[in-house]
Amino acid sequence: MQAKRRLVKGNEAIALGAVAGGCDAFFGYPITPQNEVPEILSSEMPRHGRVFLQAESEVASINMVYGAAAAGLRAMTSSSSPGISLMMEGMSYIAGAELPCLVVNVMRGGPGLGSIAASQADYFQAVKGGGHGDYRCIVLAPWNVEEMYAFPGIAFDMADRYRNPAMILADGVLGQMMEPACIPSEPPAASHPEKPWAANGRNGRSHKNVANSLVIDPHELRDHNRKLQAKYQQMQAECKWDTRLADDAEIIVVAYGITARIAFSACKLARKRGIKAGLFRPITLYPFPAKPLLETAANAKSLLVVELSSGQMVEDVRLTINGKQPVAFYGEMGGVIPSPAEVCERIVEAAQ
Amino acid sequence: MSTIIERPGTQTPEGLNCVFEKPRAMSDKPFHYCPGCSHGTYHRLVGEMIDEFDLMSRTVGVCPVGCAVFAYEYFEFDMVEASHGRAPAVATGVKRCLPDRFVFTYQGDGDLASIGMAETIHAAARGENITVFFVNNGIFGMTGGQMAPTSLIGQKTTTSQAGRDPMLTGQPIKVCELLSSLDGVAYLARVPLSSPKNIKTCRKYMRNAVRCQLEGKGFALVEALSPCPVQWGMTPGDAIDYIDEKVVKVFPPGEFINKLND
Amino acid sequence: MIEENLIAGFGGQGVLSLGKLMAQAAMEQNLCATWLPSYGPEMRGGTANCVVCFSDDEIGAPVAANYDAVVVMNQPSLEKFESAVKPGGTLLINSSIISVRAKRSDIDVFYIDANDLAESVAGNAKAANVIALGALHAVRPRLETSAIEAALKTAFEYKGQKVIDMNIRALHAGMEAMQDTEPNQPQATAARAR
Repeated sequence: MQAKRRLVKGNEAIALGAVAGGCDAFFGYPITPQNEVPEILSSEMPRHGRVFLQAESEVASINMVYGAAAAGLRAMTSSSSPGISLMMEGMSYIAGAELPCLVVNVMRGGPGLGSIAASQADYFQAVKGGGHGDYRCIVLAPWNVEEMYAFPGIAFDMADRYRNPAMILADGVLGQMMEPACIPSEPPAASHPEKPWAANGRNGRSHKNVANSLVIDPHELRDHNRKLQAKYQQMQAECKWDTRLADDAEIIVVAYGITARIAFSACKLARKRGIKAGLFRPITLYPFPAKPLLETAANAKSLLVVELSSGQMVEDVRLTINGKQPVAFYGEMGGVIPSPAEVCERIVEAAQ
Repeated sequence: MSTIIERPGTQTPEGLNCVFEKPRAMSDKPFHYCPGCSHGTYHRLVGEMIDEFDLMSRTVGVCPVGCAVFAYEYFEFDMVEASHGRAPAVATGVKRCLPDRFVFTYQGDGDLASIGMAETIHAAARGENITVFFVNNGIFGMTGGQMAPTSLIGQKTTTSQAGRDPMLTGQPIKVCELLSSLDGVAYLARVPLSSPKNIKTCRKYMRNAVRCQLEGKGFALVEALSPCPVQWGMTPGDAIDYIDEKVVKVFPPGEFINKLND
Repeated sequence: MIEENLIAGFGGQGVLSLGKLMAQAAMEQNLCATWLPSYGPEMRGGTANCVVCFSDDEIGAPVAANYDAVVVMNQPSLEKFESAVKPGGTLLINSSIISVRAKRSDIDVFYIDANDLAESVAGNAKAANVIALGALHAVRPRLETSAIEAALKTAFEYKGQKVIDMNIRALHAGMEAMQDTEPNQPQATAARAR
């Protein structure tokens, strides 16, 4: 049955999407601008016989997620930039112990306490590891409320497939805004894969299971790292992206999340001024859709990367393009959101 | 992951009675602990609890960062290795999702009372239905003998080389006394592991702490005052005497809270 | 076509609800719509605002530097957002509690005694936001009246038919108060007369 369209807030969509995606347990700590996520889940999770607990801190939250994930359940937390920084140690342990989980970051301005306005300045932290050691998270970047609803389930599936933490990287605007969206009033039945590795009590199993990231022997740890790296290589095949107006584009604008929407409007404005601009939107920020970007940009004369940061994803774009075409950058920081007209001006500049 | 090697168990040659054996919950891995350390004793008591209450098939243990970081190698049940201080949060995650499992943490004083104090207090305050086996030896053993929040006044450590100065670093934290004010706590007891008699008392306290969880009473913690002869710079014998003469004066033994209806 | 609106006032004046009603109405007539509230410390101080965009095309930025229409329900909001109206845009001022007049002459300014009118139509000032919605709709008819009525039905369904009817009356009272009102005139005479 087609769900009725209604106005849904981005954070509400994340919460309902988590329930629909089969989240068994949520642990979190309040922080603006993601508070609707725990607020809604505090009633939705018990209503579906699942676990909700407000932790004493982000540090405790991520470690509760670690415990629940080690026990084989679909566990998640949600926070915003400063809180995510506090979770980085736990993320590293979860990645090291090869456990699946979901972490939502509704980004706000930094560094430090920064602001509560929207930002994309946590890109490096999200896609380059973030905590200590050689590890990566699967990172998904939604651009509207419908994707905020759909991505928790996709993220859980990918996390389970690779036994790896996954992150949804949104921002204050996406979290706070409402849009029409079709969301079923009752979640569909989610299917959980078997987790024979779970530390959930032996119950007749012939061996014990241990969730652990401690590998004291250097050679063994090297082998463990090689195994992780091979897994990250394997993930590359699952990169996701979207393009708009890109087929005949002379300039490709690369942007994700809320910025991609502004960039798309800017592309349309630029086309009214006779500049063939098109959008390339990475949906998985890790694995970064390098090959699709190369193919999309093959016939373009130049690229422009737009971010709500001082220039983070632009490094991955430049690594991908590797000097074949000029890659310009336009970034705003601290919660300032550029208008489509402002981005259009940068497109005009970059196209010259 | 390790495969269980079936041991002969209680099979004994004809005419002989088995009077002592290793708990089935423990593996054959030799302990890495220093001479005179009581982690081995405490581990064995944990193993005895799992056997006695027949919990092997439904136990999830959480080990700490510290001297007991390899605890998962010494037991035969499922375990999760927590980051430093976070064992109560990890145990909370497991227990909330699998409430019918027996979930315990095994933590030292640096882990539980220094870096992990917030997790300790909040798990206790929530009345989290988990059992905490706490080893207090008043020092950071694994990292090389640095001062702990539980170090005694005047105690020489590698970071308080002239002896712990209360003007500089305050007084020792008394975990049982601190947690006593929290309504969520079902069981709190402290005992020195300094004699066979005290070890038997410890077993009794641990039994109570396990029962608290099995009966759904809430947070239970047993604090074992333990010797660390190597980092204290003493012989094992002197370290035991030090516990009985000095440590128990600051950390008085006994049951602080017992909500079992006995 | 994209219409970008800003609604601002005190917390409790229903400015966020007014914005949601506009977004809901836009959705009822199958337009794309976004609603974005101010959030965090700025709303703890007692002021609130939201941005509502609607368009027949996908909406890029759900915020803007300048707006086609701005509704200010209190004086601090007028001081803060008068400059944010696009040249040629519309500024609606709640003259029940804002005693000063707008300064700009390159925009269409309208005044509505929203609180007073709400008192007389609905018996309390809580409906002032719906009065303002009606007034804005009268002077800048970008949505269908039936869509706004449908939005009111959706929003107040849980409160029952009486409340829905009262709000629909308030909507029409706001519209009627602005009938034949030219911009940049003193307070709507219709509103005054009641």
